[in-house]
Amino acid sequence: MKGWKNLEIGAVITEPGSSTVYKTGEWRAWRPVFQRENCIDCMICWVFCPDSSIIVEDNKVVAIDYEHCKGCGICAFECPKSKGDNESKKALIMKPEYLFREED
Amino acid sequence: MAQVSDKPKFVTREEVKMPPLKELTSMRDKIAPGHRLCTGCVAGTILRQMFMAAEAADYTLIIANATGCVEVCTSIYPYTSWKVPWIHNAFENAAATITGVEAAYKALKKKGMLPSDKKVKFVALAGDGGTYDIGFQSLSGAFERNHDFIYVCYDNEAYMNTGIQRSSATPRHASTTTQPAGKVIPGKPQPKKWMPEIAVAHGIPYVAQLAPSNFNDFFKKFTKALNTEGPSYLNIFCTCPRGWRAKEEEGILISKLAVETNYWPLFEVENGSWKINYKPKERKSVVEFLKKQGRFKHMFKSGNEHLIEELQQDVDKRWERLLKLEQL
Repeated sequence: MKGWKNLEIGAVITEPGSSTVYKTGEWRAWRPVFQRENCIDCMICWVFCPDSSIIVEDNKVVAIDYEHCKGCGICAFECPKSKGDNESKKALIMKPEYLFREED
Repeated sequence: MAQVSDKPKFVTREEVKMPPLKELTSMRDKIAPGHRLCTGCVAGTILRQMFMAAEAADYTLIIANATGCVEVCTSIYPYTSWKVPWIHNAFENAAATITGVEAAYKALKKKGMLPSDKKVKFVALAGDGGTYDIGFQSLSGAFERNHDFIYVCYDNEAYMNTGIQRSSATPRHASTTTQPAGKVIPGKPQPKKWMPEIAVAHGIPYVAQLAPSNFNDFFKKFTKALNTEGPSYLNIFCTCPRGWRAKEEEGILISKLAVETNYWPLFEVENGSWKINYKPKERKSVVEFLKKQGRFKHMFKSGNEHLIEELQQDVDKRWERLLKLEQL
């Protein structure tokens, strides 16, 4: 974060959408894990994600933006391929964040 | 002021074609992540769906935001989440502010100081507090002056940003921090104010009620509002996991249940003629909607069955009235 000496006069913010540098992913207690092989690219997760955290390239879901994903779980809850108990068949699974923290 | 003919023409629902979601994914979000809306806040989804429709119709939105969750969370200094022109003035005057912006834009366009071929739409964005209560007078004035703008209300049914105080949008018997359910009262004693009909009473060209779970309907209605000359009012259901004591992942599910139980009917009003856009084949009991939320927890205690009955009556009465209005 910028110190006060580097801020614009008059509290002007010069860059649109600058909140991207603020990593709300740090809030996350649950992490959506994406399994590409089960995804049918219906984009339901993309349309409902409140934090623009489903990364889509060339009409395909490619990844999740862990820098901004807050871990609400709407994506996994609404995903039509993530119902039931069989984890290996799900496209999105919510897992506790602590399992991943050391990797980062 | 907008020069509106007596009967503005509408794009019909059939004319608005929603492209497959896949095609929409290539558009860039005009709301950047990193905003501090709570985990699971559906307001983020609403904003994204709004911009999705605007981008698809090639419109630039210019937004005046009333004080509220969205305003506070998207503009924490030294950052902004907006990639469109955005202004915040005060709690009570989002509509007055945007009509000023609209009038200035028109004047500058007339003088040739701004391009005349750009598709621009002015949006006042407010929560239910900024719409139903505090911003009501400026909203009413802006409708009466017939400015060309869309008033978007994301209705989360209480003052969530300041700590879940009751508003006139809070439904009957919901527990809030200023009217908590206890021995004396079972939450808010009064029913919810029905804002859409008040908006219709202004004689404005377009009023609609939307829910983010039904994104197809959302897309069509927002596109219609974009193409409407004169004021439009959009009342949008917005789950608040924090204030409603609901699970974070169930925001969209609760929105679906609100539509299926007729708690939040999807309808639109063009030039005063009402049309219900979705009639559930089998209306679910309002219990389905209530049991997902901790703010209604006290209604399920034994001896409180009449509370559920009363809320069901509120919902049924409104639905019957809607059916009658549709016949007019």
